[in-house]
Amino acid sequence: MKSRDYSKEIFPSSRKKTFQDGATAAWPICLGYIPIGLALGVLAQQTGLPWWAVAMMSVLVFAGSAQFICVAMLAVGSSLPAIIFTTLVVNLRHTLMSSALAVYLPGVSRRFLALFAYGITDESFAVNMTRFRNEDWDRWRALTLNHIANFVWIFATITGVLVGQLVPQGAFGIDYALTGMFICLLVFQLQGRIYIITGLLAALISVCWFLLIPGDSYIVGASICAATLGYFLQRYHRREK
Amino acid sequence: MTFSDYLFLFGGMGLVTYLPRTLPLLYLAHKQLPQWLIEWLSLIPVAVLSALLAPSLFTDVAERSFSLGKLEFIVAIPTLLFALKTRSLGGTVLVGMLLYWLVGFII
Repeated sequence: MKSRDYSKEIFPSSRKKTFQDGATAAWPICLGYIPIGLALGVLAQQTGLPWWAVAMMSVLVFAGSAQFICVAMLAVGSSLPAIIFTTLVVNLRHTLMSSALAVYLPGVSRRFLALFAYGITDESFAVNMTRFRNEDWDRWRALTLNHIANFVWIFATITGVLVGQLVPQGAFGIDYALTGMFICLLVFQLQGRIYIITGLLAALISVCWFLLIPGDSYIVGASICAATLGYFLQRYHRREK
Repeated sequence: MTFSDYLFLFGGMGLVTYLPRTLPLLYLAHKQLPQWLIEWLSLIPVAVLSALLAPSLFTDVAERSFSLGKLEFIVAIPTLLFALKTRSLGGTVLVGMLLYWLVGFII
C-alpha cells in the first residue's frame, strides 16, 4: 500500500471553502443541465413514464444522452436488452475520459475512485480536467462538483415530468447552454500549437465520421484518431529539432 | 411497465454506464503511467470536446448532411471570441445563450 499524503487531505476548517469552490465551478454545468433535464422529463412524461421511474433512471444512470435515447426507444417499443446495449455503446466514450482523469488521481483510494467515477459526464470531465490542469483543483472539489451536477440533474428531470409543459420551447436560448460551455472549455484546453492542431483535426474527422457512419461512434473514433495524430506530430516535430 | 421492469432496465443501463467510467480509473490510478500515455491522454480533452462540438456546428444533425452557416455556427464565432477574451465559463454560457436567442429572432 502507498502511504497517504496527508498534506492534501481536507481539514474541517476548509470544508466550506471546498464546497464553495466546487459549487462555483459547477454552476455553468447546472445552467446547462436544467433545460436539458426539463426537456427529458417532458419527453419521458409524454412517453408514459411515471415520475418515480424518471427519478430512478436519473439516479442509477446519470447520462443525459443515454437517457434521451432510452426514452426514445421506449416510445417506439424497443426491447429492454436492446436499450441496455445501446446505452453501453453510447457511454463507451467515458472510458477515455476516465483514463485521462486517472493522471490527476494517482494512488487515490479505490473507495474514493468508485464514488468519483459515478459522476464522470462529458461536462464534469471537461470542467474538472481544465481545473486540474490549472493546478487550483483537488479531488474533493472535483467530487463536490460531480455531485452537485448530479443533484441538479436529478432535480431537473423530475421537475420536467411534473411541470415541464409550462416551460416554453427554446426560451432564453437555453438550448445553446451546453454548446456555449463546450466552446469555452475548448478555449481553456488550447494551451499550445499542438492542442489547436489536435482540436482542428478532431473537428474535421468527427464531421466526416458523423456524416459517413451511422450511430455515435464519431465521438470516440474522432477523439482517438485526432489525439494519436497529434501525438505523432508532436514527436516528429521534437525529433526534427 | 411494472416497477421490476423499470428496475431491470435502469439497473442494466446503470451498470453499463458505470463500468466504463470506473474501470479505467481504478486500473490506471494505481499504475505508474508511461510518459507516452500521459502525453497522449493530455490531448484527449481537446479532441473529445472538438469531436462533440463540431458536428452540431457544421452538420444538420437530424438529416446527417453537411450544413454551413447554421445558426449554431454563426453564434459560435462571437461566443468563441468572448471566451478567448474573458476566459469566463459562466459568462460565455450566458453570452452564447443570449446571442442564440436574439439571433434566432432575426433569422
